[in-house]
Amino acid sequence: MLGKKRVAIVGAGLTLFRRNLKETGKELCYGATKMALDSAGLTLKDIDSVAFGSAPDAFDGIHMKGENMVDGSGAWRKPFSRVFVGGGTGVFTADAGWWHVASGLFDTCLVVAEEKMSSCYPHPAYAFTTIFDPMMSRPLGTTLIWIFALEMHRYMHRHGIKKEQIALVSVKNKKNALDHPCAQLAANITVEDVLNSEIMCWPVQRLDISPTSDGAAALVLASEDVAKKITDNPVWIDGVGWCIDSTYWTNRDLYYPDYVEYAARMAYKMAGIKNPPKEIDVAEPYDPFDYKELHHMEGLLLCKKGEAPKLTAEGVTQRDGDLPINPSGGLLGVGNPIAAAGLMKVCEIFWQLRGEAGKRQVPGDPRTGLAQAWGDLMQYGSVIVLRR
Amino acid sequence: MSIEKISDPRQIRHWPGHMETDYIYTHGIAGERFFKEIKENGRITGTRCKHCNLVYVPPRIYCERCFEKLEEWIDVGTRGTIQTFTVAYVDIDGSKLKQPMIYAMIKINGTDGGLVHKIDEANPKDVKIGMQVGAVLKPKEERKGSINDIKHFKPTK
Amino acid sequence: MSAKIKKYPGHPLKSAEVREGKVLTSRWKPKAKYMWSAGVAMSRFLNELKKGKIVGTKCNKCGRIMVPPRVFCEQCFKSTDKWTYVKDTGTVNTYSVSFIAGDASRIKEPIIVAIIDLDGASPGMGIQHKISEINWKEVKFGMKVKAVWRPPEERKGTITDIKYFKPI
Repeated sequence: MLGKKRVAIVGAGLTLFRRNLKETGKELCYGATKMALDSAGLTLKDIDSVAFGSAPDAFDGIHMKGENMVDGSGAWRKPFSRVFVGGGTGVFTADAGWWHVASGLFDTCLVVAEEKMSSCYPHPAYAFTTIFDPMMSRPLGTTLIWIFALEMHRYMHRHGIKKEQIALVSVKNKKNALDHPCAQLAANITVEDVLNSEIMCWPVQRLDISPTSDGAAALVLASEDVAKKITDNPVWIDGVGWCIDSTYWTNRDLYYPDYVEYAARMAYKMAGIKNPPKEIDVAEPYDPFDYKELHHMEGLLLCKKGEAPKLTAEGVTQRDGDLPINPSGGLLGVGNPIAAAGLMKVCEIFWQLRGEAGKRQVPGDPRTGLAQAWGDLMQYGSVIVLRR
Repeated sequence: MSIEKISDPRQIRHWPGHMETDYIYTHGIAGERFFKEIKENGRITGTRCKHCNLVYVPPRIYCERCFEKLEEWIDVGTRGTIQTFTVAYVDIDGSKLKQPMIYAMIKINGTDGGLVHKIDEANPKDVKIGMQVGAVLKPKEERKGSINDIKHFKPTK
Repeated sequence: MSAKIKKYPGHPLKSAEVREGKVLTSRWKPKAKYMWSAGVAMSRFLNELKKGKIVGTKCNKCGRIMVPPRVFCEQCFKSTDKWTYVKDTGTVNTYSVSFIAGDASRIKEPIIVAIIDLDGASPGMGIQHKISEINWKEVKFGMKVKAVWRPPEERKGTITDIKYFKPI
């Protein structure tokens, strides 16, 4: 165990994820944070610090939005930090919360993540354009879907994977999301539906993609002695890991995310995990596109390179399979309010390990779980390993 | 370092561009009601936290201090006290204004909050901290549900 | 806990409600203009593009010849040592075919986007560009391509001084 104190998650909260929510960003934060506090039986007085995560200010359209969300996140006159690593933010905020408590500096920490992408008009895709190099990429008219398509196509080519195999992920996750009360795009679809959907940027089709969303999520973290007073059922953060590669994404072979592997190894080493496929009971890898679930399963060393589609086809990644992947329904089914989506996955593992996931519960008494997020310009991975 | 220096300054390049963004902001649960009250009823409202004995203006749905949900809405009147003010002689890009504009932070009387707004119908020389002012609203048919439905605040006796 | 909660916070809105003013909203379009400095390496790169050449930098420690060029090697974390011209030919590392424009509207003629590993640079040193003069269904991974340049008088010192790459 690294750090001065062992850290547990003792409560979690989530708002609905929708394309357009009436609440302001602050009100969304309040919804999730209050739920997390209530679930742990705590009040603001019990909270020592707040770690907040949100992706670009450009989505909400509020410059310095971390500072704006403070009161809704319970951070009024408290030590507050905002972290931001693009899509990796959601899980990294939980990692940041971990070090607030593990360092011995604070006994409790509220971890809050929020995104309100509906403010960006007519579509948040415009806010993405400045992520690209102004000289090498923007003059070509680059869009985000182009670069995902380039990565997806390379992955398919290197391993000889077909679209039908990847479409199974979208089918699984949207179906899983039917049991998630906050889900935006839960549906019963088939592989044919995916293959017949509108071609956006070959090989990416409409049903391969997660939506843009508004939403917030929150966790309450506590040090070991405090956690044991709050609950009989703490979920321990036993491993954290994060890693970033450069923005020279055109100089990389995109078929495999090395940086996700390095982040995973950092977390596995901390947690003492030597054989991930056997020791992880349930996992929530980041799935903004269906192929990303497969890409990340391999990067997380949950299977060999190129093997993820086979496991999916064999049903291994279903809720009742040997290695349930994205039992929540993931970003494809529940929604993608960037930072909140990553933290939603950590909430899901928390509920799964406690046996509180209701209809989404994976059987077999899972004890070790993992959540992962990914972000920026195909360059960042953050991982968290939880245990009961 | 063996990279050749660029000695002709015309060869250093700058890349012009802009961030393409446009925003439509919802006012939220509290904001929607606050602005509707101004638009439809000409009323400024706040929310009260019983535990902390505070009245928030602009109103919020939660108390930032005790984190309780706030459901008690009250009409806080239209009168306030100037907490601080400034007189602007230039506009946002530094060009001279035709008439100086007075901006003030106005604490709404009987509450713990206030609004930043314009002061008019007053000579800048006469404006003082502690001065009593009252809101002047646009006629109902001109109100849109925005902070500008209040035209300005003016000195009251 | 998750199973016991009956109601999750959030009031969903339909876009029609926003458009038709059924919910109060404020509109704001920020004026955010920039004049980014291209920097030492990219200034030279863009000047060379105007001359019809592609230039990279070499790090003697790891031996990589890098495009886009940089004044420091991010892996060895030291200054790069030499400017080196690379060819304007290469192979297709990966490609995708876009049927939508930047504003999500559909376009008739698809745009073929690719990462092209340039000959003369280290393996895997790709740049992003477009492919043309071929039907999108015939593009292959590993295909050899060559840059099609704009005539010298039309070049401005931008990546679009190369119109696209074509198969050879």
